[in-house]
Amino acid sequence: MSSPRRKFNDRFASRLVQVGFLAAVLLLWYLATTRWGVNKLLLPNPLNVWDQLADVIAKGEYLNDLRITLTELAIAFLISTVSGTLLGYSISRSPYLIKVFEPLFAGIYSIPIILFLPLYVLFFGLGPASKIALGTTISFFPVVLNTIAGFGNVDPMLVKAAKSMGASDYQLFRYVLVPAAFPVILSGLRMGFTVALLSIIGSETIASLGGLGHRIVNLAENMDMARMFAYIVFAIAIAAFLNTVVSVLEARGKRQR
Amino acid sequence: MSAAAPAGAGIRLQRYMWRHPGVARLGVVLMLFVVWEIAARWFVDPMFLSPPSKVLFAFDDVLATRGVPAALRVTFFELAVAFAIAVVIGLVVGLAVGLSKFGNRSFMPIVLLLYGMPQITILPIFILYFGIGPASKIAFGVTHGMFPIIMAVAAGVQNIKPILMVGARSMGASKWHVLRYVIYPHMIPSFFAGMRLGMTGVLLGVLLAELYVSIAGIGYFTSVFTQNFDPTKLLGLVAMLAAMAIVLNEIVRRTEVRFARWRD
Repeated sequence: MSSPRRKFNDRFASRLVQVGFLAAVLLLWYLATTRWGVNKLLLPNPLNVWDQLADVIAKGEYLNDLRITLTELAIAFLISTVSGTLLGYSISRSPYLIKVFEPLFAGIYSIPIILFLPLYVLFFGLGPASKIALGTTISFFPVVLNTIAGFGNVDPMLVKAAKSMGASDYQLFRYVLVPAAFPVILSGLRMGFTVALLSIIGSETIASLGGLGHRIVNLAENMDMARMFAYIVFAIAIAAFLNTVVSVLEARGKRQR
Repeated sequence: MSAAAPAGAGIRLQRYMWRHPGVARLGVVLMLFVVWEIAARWFVDPMFLSPPSKVLFAFDDVLATRGVPAALRVTFFELAVAFAIAVVIGLVVGLAVGLSKFGNRSFMPIVLLLYGMPQITILPIFILYFGIGPASKIAFGVTHGMFPIIMAVAAGVQNIKPILMVGARSMGASKWHVLRYVIYPHMIPSFFAGMRLGMTGVLLGVLLAELYVSIAGIGYFTSVFTQNFDPTKLLGLVAMLAAMAIVLNEIVRRTEVRFARWRD
């Protein structure tokens, strides 16, 4: 039977469809702007966008906005990581506290927290502080919920075995609890990172003084479409890069255990 | 004796709380409200924060503000239409992608790629194409809501045990019969799970677009109340929207639980 060969052919055909899909999108985009006369203010020429993107990167114009966005992201993620894991760990030590707090956090998490943005803008102003606050709030919940789940669901047999073999509290924590909970916490951290990035770019888009989201809106308001598309491509690439890095780190962290 | 009675009551209360974590949870929430009340009444500038008691009594005021009831209606309308469109697109595309192995292998990565893209960066384009009225909010809500539904439906169709399909076919079921009696009932639980995720997405998309720019929806009033330093009304409006979101999520969740039950 030529099963492996057939499998290879199938996979090749799938790849071909995917590449064809992307090529078709780009071709349609190109034809729409050059042949079919779609207004340049609605859809800029892709070649034009490419030139603008090269220009943005060559001149280093993106540096300031990127720095603002990444600083906000780093601070927000740091705060939610520290507070989420600490609080999650202290809650997970008692099944009673888990029963009290876990549904509370899960309930708040199901509200679209972006609703608080107007409040945060009122409290913290238009600058980076309101973005950090929103990013922290949004990423806190996946971190704390996964920390509680991770530490709360450690197999009691493992704990009992370690204790009966005379493990100290520190040893129990270091060699039993952390290794068992670590993969779950890592998933929470990855989810927290992703939503923090999204919410920070989002809140920059809605109300801000600087950052990648702000730059895109600014260019949109000035009807500088080609450059705006270039910045959108740039922002998507940055987000994809960061998310890939975090996913790789997560996979590596899980494998080591 | 008089000292022992309160102590006994205290212990009884403690035991009661121990057996009813829900009551303790309520206590935590109440305590947060008390902290908020004290902070807002005595420590924070009233330009920025108002106490919850005042917010609670300001609901009437918010609803009496000219245009707010209409804005809430517009937002609800946007959510409902966006959700309906997202469900239809999600179901159709999900079935188209999920029902054939080739379609799944070829198009699922594209769906995943699009879903993983930070859509918020293209929000200005949505406004440009669909205007600043409800159409852009609906469109943005649809693109946020449809991907989870597509993925859930496709996964649900893919995960049907092949033996069921083979069994049905060998007993002479037509294509329509397989679709109606094998695929459809197996798709239902994942379809409703997808709808729950889709509702979360629709809420996010519509609210993001509303907050970004709005002429008739609630986004207009959140920015007005923010600019007027009117925290009482702003908090009231946000609380109403949060309540709306909770109710919508709960409806979808309950439906999911109800329709996922047939297999047990």
